[in-house]
Amino acid sequence: MLRLPVFGSKSPTSIEELVMAIAEPGARIVAGGTDLLPNLKHKLHAPTTLVSLDRVAELQRITWDREAGLLRIGAGVTLTQLAEDAEVSKNFSSLSKAAGLVASPLIRNMATIGGNVNLDTRCRYVNQSEFWRSAIGGCLKSEGDVCHVVPKGRSCVAAMSSDCVPVLISLGAHLVQVGPEGRREVAMADYYHSDGIAHTHCQPGEFTAEICVPIAKTPARAAYGKWTVRKSIDFPLISVAMHFALDRDAADATITEARICLGVLAARPKLLKVDALVGLRLNDPTTAELVGELCFKQGKPLDNVPYEAEYRRKMLRVFASRALRDLLA
Amino acid sequence: MSLIERLAPQEVGFPLPWARPARNKVRMSDALLLSMKVNGEEVEVAAPAHFTLLEVLRYKLDLIGSKQGCDKGDCGACTVQLDGVARLSCLTLAVQANGREVRTVEGMTGAHLHPLQDCMDKSVAAQCGFCTPGILMAAEAFLTKMGRVVTRGEVAEAMASNLCRCTGYTKIVDAIVDASAIMAEGKN
Repeated sequence: MLRLPVFGSKSPTSIEELVMAIAEPGARIVAGGTDLLPNLKHKLHAPTTLVSLDRVAELQRITWDREAGLLRIGAGVTLTQLAEDAEVSKNFSSLSKAAGLVASPLIRNMATIGGNVNLDTRCRYVNQSEFWRSAIGGCLKSEGDVCHVVPKGRSCVAAMSSDCVPVLISLGAHLVQVGPEGRREVAMADYYHSDGIAHTHCQPGEFTAEICVPIAKTPARAAYGKWTVRKSIDFPLISVAMHFALDRDAADATITEARICLGVLAARPKLLKVDALVGLRLNDPTTAELVGELCFKQGKPLDNVPYEAEYRRKMLRVFASRALRDLLA
Repeated sequence: MSLIERLAPQEVGFPLPWARPARNKVRMSDALLLSMKVNGEEVEVAAPAHFTLLEVLRYKLDLIGSKQGCDKGDCGACTVQLDGVARLSCLTLAVQANGREVRTVEGMTGAHLHPLQDCMDKSVAAQCGFCTPGILMAAEAFLTKMGRVVTRGEVAEAMASNLCRCTGYTKIVDAIVDASAIMAEGKN
């Protein structure tokens, strides 16, 4: 039995009430609660108030803003809703696939896209019970002052383990953040820090209201590859998201723009330098080889999640080429 | 007063939630009055904000059908339905269920067995039975949503949240596929 620490709760019903509720010191947002509640049960945080998003109807919509050329996903949309949305799956197959691969069906019924974007970083030494952690004296992210992943390391390297984040970055998405000073937009590629303890640019009193994905103007193909220990429930061991803008919609089209993003390396998802891919044909065997090579060269996993870092690095090549194969089908 | 409430903490040998107010510094005045519909019955219950739906069901309402397994969303033994959607009650705050409709395995008691219960029984899909309430709740929500005969593959994917350490899943999948045929037939 795991007990939650004592806290109060608030259930605002509008964005205005929500802004006021989280402005109070010690307040923290709970949406699906599937990541926050286990962390609270493990005594990793001690909020005084939890502010629940589940009654803010404005945050629970998926809208197609054709004028601005954006798909706007409310932060309170559950991953099941996102994965089962026929329009999203038609236009953004990689996002739909990633949302449908998160954890397990029941967790996806509860967990929200806003929570997935703001998912706390994870590490094999921190996402453990208080008792387990006490045996090693904690770490930088919990009670201790040492890092068990990087000996003598002074900054936390817990991994961003969200499935949707690398995909959204590869699609060039941005976030709408709402706070006491109003709304602001921030590109998802710039939203994350390399510090595993405070890994986002979310200001105090601010929350993510919307995730905006640009609707591609040219033909494009995108894919997502995730490696897990089991077929369900697990966080990724490595993840690869790729997006290619093409000159026409065919398997042998020429790549005009490429974006590949790797997850689960450290606190910040890594957007690779892939200029070498521009001008190549999508179904060319050398393209597949080059994609695998770029992922292997630039992706350097750490021993922060299960399985050895070296093994995971080799699997980057495998899962990158498998994702590319999906995209040709 | 239920049997478990009558037990003094020292007789049980492990900390009971209601035996720890001093350590948790919870005063009864901090409790929130929640009203929800549980298995078709309007219920009002006082619980502190940090209680999960599972704790309220088990320790306040005596509905001990939903099981407390891993308590962190891995095992699915605590699965209940909230407004018809299956979810993990161990990761749902009780306040999130306020004003909503909760269905637990106790809601499946009636004059006749539910087709799922009947098929689980006939396929011998329950052994120790600890996962069964969660399986029934998740499977019922899944079959209601699908509304047709389902395949073994679909069942395996939909039931991936619910762990069973006894049966090896084969018989559970058999039962759910059989039940889907009966439920789809009943609808037509």
